[in-house]
Amino acid sequence: MSTLPASPPSTAHAFPLNAAGAIADPALQKAMGRLKGHFIDKRAAARARLPEFDALRDAAKAIKDHTLAHLDLYLERFEAQVTAAGGHVHWCRDAAEARAAVLAICREHGARIVTKGKSMIGEEIGINPFLEAHGIEPVETDLGEYIIQLAHEPPSHIIAPAVHKNKEQISDLFVEHHHAGDRSRRLEGIPELVTEAREVLRRRFLEADVGITGANFLVAETGQTVIVTNEGNGDLTQTLPRVHIVLASLEKVVPTLEDVSAVLRVLARSATGQEFSTYTTFSCGPRRAGDHDGPGAFHVVLLDNGRTRLLGSEFREVLRCIRCGACMNHCPVYGAVGGHAYGWVYPGPIGSVLTPALVGLPEAHHLPNASTFCGRCEEVCPMRIPLPRMLRHWREREFAAGAAPAAARWGLGLWAWLARRPALYRAAARLAARALAFLGGPERRIRSLPLAGGWTGGRDLPAPEGRTFQALWAEGRGRR
Amino acid sequence: MSSREAILGGLRAALGRAEGDGARQAVAARLAARATHPIPARAQVPHDEQVELFRRLAGEVGATSEILPGPAAVPEAVTRYLAQQNLPAEAAIAPDPELRAIPWHERPMLALKPGRTHGDDLVGITGAFAAVAETGTLVTHSGAHHPTTLNFLSETHIVVLPKARILGTYDEVWKRLRAVPGFVPRTVNFITGPSRTADIEQTIQRGAHGPRRLHVLIVDGGS
Repeated sequence: MSTLPASPPSTAHAFPLNAAGAIADPALQKAMGRLKGHFIDKRAAARARLPEFDALRDAAKAIKDHTLAHLDLYLERFEAQVTAAGGHVHWCRDAAEARAAVLAICREHGARIVTKGKSMIGEEIGINPFLEAHGIEPVETDLGEYIIQLAHEPPSHIIAPAVHKNKEQISDLFVEHHHAGDRSRRLEGIPELVTEAREVLRRRFLEADVGITGANFLVAETGQTVIVTNEGNGDLTQTLPRVHIVLASLEKVVPTLEDVSAVLRVLARSATGQEFSTYTTFSCGPRRAGDHDGPGAFHVVLLDNGRTRLLGSEFREVLRCIRCGACMNHCPVYGAVGGHAYGWVYPGPIGSVLTPALVGLPEAHHLPNASTFCGRCEEVCPMRIPLPRMLRHWREREFAAGAAPAAARWGLGLWAWLARRPALYRAAARLAARALAFLGGPERRIRSLPLAGGWTGGRDLPAPEGRTFQALWAEGRGRR
Repeated sequence: MSSREAILGGLRAALGRAEGDGARQAVAARLAARATHPIPARAQVPHDEQVELFRRLAGEVGATSEILPGPAAVPEAVTRYLAQQNLPAEAAIAPDPELRAIPWHERPMLALKPGRTHGDDLVGITGAFAAVAETGTLVTHSGAHHPTTLNFLSETHIVVLPKARILGTYDEVWKRLRAVPGFVPRTVNFITGPSRTADIEQTIQRGAHGPRRLHVLIVDGGS
C-alpha cells in the first residue's frame, strides 16, 4: 500500500520512545490504573445479562460482511435516499477533499462558529486546525473532546477521549479558559466541573452557525445517519445550527433498520457496558415543512481515505469495525502505555491495524509489532475482527519489504537455520533451557538477561524448569 | 472523473464486480426482505411484563416513571412532580393533539407554552411515538407535533406515554414507524434515561448537556 501524507501529523514512528515516556509518566499511569478493569467488568456484566449477545455478534458480523461485499450498491442507495430527502452527499477520496467540502459548505452559509459532536473522522482529516486556519472557530462539545481541545491534545481513547486526564488537570484547564486563570474560581468536584462545562457550552450551541457530527452508521434503506451519545451534545450540535454536516467513512453503511438494530445491540454493551447509550439518533435531510426546529441544510461528507484499498486486501475484515473501543479496553499494551503512545488517531489494537494502512507502514511499522498476540482483542470484538491475524499480516509485509530491524531479521534467520537441523536444534534448546534455568535460580525468574536488557528492563523473564518441551513431550508419550 | 465515480469505480474493482453478477438483485432482495436477527427473549413477554421491563430498565439509568389511570390524571401528576422537584409550575409543551386533549384547565396554575424551546424553559413536556421494553428506551420523532428541541434543551423532560405504545423491541418500532405518513422523518430519537457523561475520571454525572431529569407518565386506557 502506498504511503499517504498523514493528517494530522503522526508520531507512530516513535512508538518505543512514546511508550517509554508513557510508562515513566506518573499522572498517566494513575489514570490508566483507574481505567484498569473498569470497562472490562462493565462489558462482562452486560454480556451476562443478554443471553443472545454472542448470537448477535455473529449476526452483526454477517450483516457487515454482506454490506462490504456490496458496498458500492449500498452506498448508491444511501445517496439516493439522502438526496430524495433534500440532503447532499459529498464523495471525498481523501482528507484534503473532505476538508475542502466542509469548508465550502461553511463558507456558503457564512459560518463563523462550528459546534462539533465527537467524530473520529473529524480527527482523521484534521478538521479543527484546518477550520481555524480559515477563520472558523470549531468548538468540541463532547465533554471529553472539549477538555482535550482546551489542552491542545489529541484523544487518547476512541470513546473516552480524555481518559488520560485527572480532575485536577481538568480543574486547571477550566480555570485558565473559563475564568482567565483566576484560581479563586477553581472548582474541585466533578459535578461542579460538569455543570460549568454545560453552561459554557450551552452558549456555544446556541450561537453556532454549523453543527458537525460523525456517524456511527449510515442506513441504506432510509438514507439516515445515526449517532450514538450519552451526553446529548450530538443532538444539540445537529438540531440548533442552520446547517448539519455529517462526517462518515464509506464502511459505516448497513442495509436496513433491522440490521442497524442488531449491531446497536452489541455496540454499547461492548463499549461501556451500557444496555443502550442514552441517545441514539437517526437523521435524514433538512427540516421538513411543518417542523418547528432542526437545520435548514443537511450534508453528508462521505470519506474513502484508504478504505477502498483495504476492501481489496487481506485487511477487508477490519472494515467491520464499529469503533466501540473494546479491543483497547482489553489490551494489556494499551493499558500500559495509553492511547497517545500510538502516535496517531486510532490507538490500541484497532489502531495498530488501521494506522499502517492510513499513514503507511514505514511510519507505523512499530505498531503491529507492539503485541504479544494474547488475543483478548479478538475475543471481545463485537464484530469478530481477527485483529491478531491482521497484525501478523502487517509483520509479514514488513518482513517481505525488508523493513524489519536487523536484529529481528538476524534472529529469525538463525532460528530458521537451526529449525532445519533437528538434532542441532534439540541440542541447542537443551543447552538454552539449562542455562536459563541456572540463571533463574530458585525463584525461577530472570531479572536481567545478557543481550536482552531492553526486554528485562520492564519485566522478569520466567525461567524454564531445565528441560525442553520436546523432552517433556517424549516423556509424556512414553508414559501413555 | 469526479470523486464519486472514482470511489465507486475503485469499490467495484476491489470487489471484482461484473455486470450481470447478480449483486444488484441480491441487494434489492436484501432491502426488501428486511432480514431479522436474534431478538432478545427478555422483551418477548406479555404486555404487562413489557411495561414492567420498560420501567425497570429506564429506572436503572435514572429515568423515573409512574402509571396513571387515564389522561385526566396527567395535569395533577405534572403539577405534583414539578412541586416535588421544586420547579415552577410552567413548561414548554409539544403542539401534539393528544397532549392538547388533556384537561389542563383543571390545573389553571400550570402555565403551558406550546411550541419549540430556545433553551429558556426549565421543563419540556412531550408525547412519544413508542417505548421499547428491551432497554427502557423512549422513541420520538420530529414533526409538526414534536419539536426536537423539547427533548434536549430543558433540564427536565416529562413524557406522556400511552401505555399501549410500550413495545417489546426496536424492530416493532420500525414496523410501526414505516407506516407513518411522511416516513422518513427528519429525526428519530431513541432516548434511554437522562443525559449523562463519564468523561471525568469515569464518574457518571447526570445532565451533561441534555435533561438532568426524565420523568415518564405512563397513561393507561390510551391508544
